[in-house]
Amino acid sequence: MSAVARLVDRPIDVSALTREVADVGCGATTVFLGTVRDLNDGRAVSGIDYKSYERMAASELQAIADEVAARHQGARVVVEHRLGYLELGDASVGIAVAHARRAASMDAARTVIEEIKKRVPIWKREHYVDGTREWVDPTKSVAHPGQGDR
Amino acid sequence: MKVRVLLFASYADALGADSVVVDAQDGATASDVLALVQRRITVPVPPRPMVAINATYAEGSEVVREGDEVAVIPPVAGG
Repeated sequence: MSAVARLVDRPIDVSALTREVADVGCGATTVFLGTVRDLNDGRAVSGIDYKSYERMAASELQAIADEVAARHQGARVVVEHRLGYLELGDASVGIAVAHARRAASMDAARTVIEEIKKRVPIWKREHYVDGTREWVDPTKSVAHPGQGDR
Repeated sequence: MKVRVLLFASYADALGADSVVVDAQDGATASDVLALVQRRITVPVPPRPMVAINATYAEGSEVVREGDEVAVIPPVAGG
């Protein structure tokens, strides 16, 4: 089992993530990227500022990676969450999971992002094209009440 | 006892600071500490916001000790 989690303040390098989990015993690698979208709840977004409770976010992110790797025997998990101001199209989260089998690989990657959205203390302030900005509260989402935005 | 409470995102903006020190009674629970903090925040806070003690999620009934780091966790929005 291999589980690595990092908070970063630099661009996420997808190739580096896949290299990190690569193993000849793994026949499947799933990569998930969360990227900054130009529209949320009907408002034109120009960028997103990500903030965290850093020491808790780091420990929760690691706990998620550990739990997922433990649940899928042989899984090799790496997850990075970027903090700071991100432009449209920038990746805010990158997940790579390698496993012997594709189902486990895909399930594990899905679980990592879903758990991040539930419990990692990270917040985003959306900057809008009209010059305003606002903290995002996923529990008040117009499009998908009680759910995330991606 | 003095307890330092961390605030984030909209809660920090409402207070105009990212932490506050409150004077809580010995034996106070996380909920008791939250009640003291909420008197100083103008933004509507959920009736039972998530709270952490020393960077771990905690129940409102958990007892806070002097020197603990309490954090009020707004709805998380990572990813």
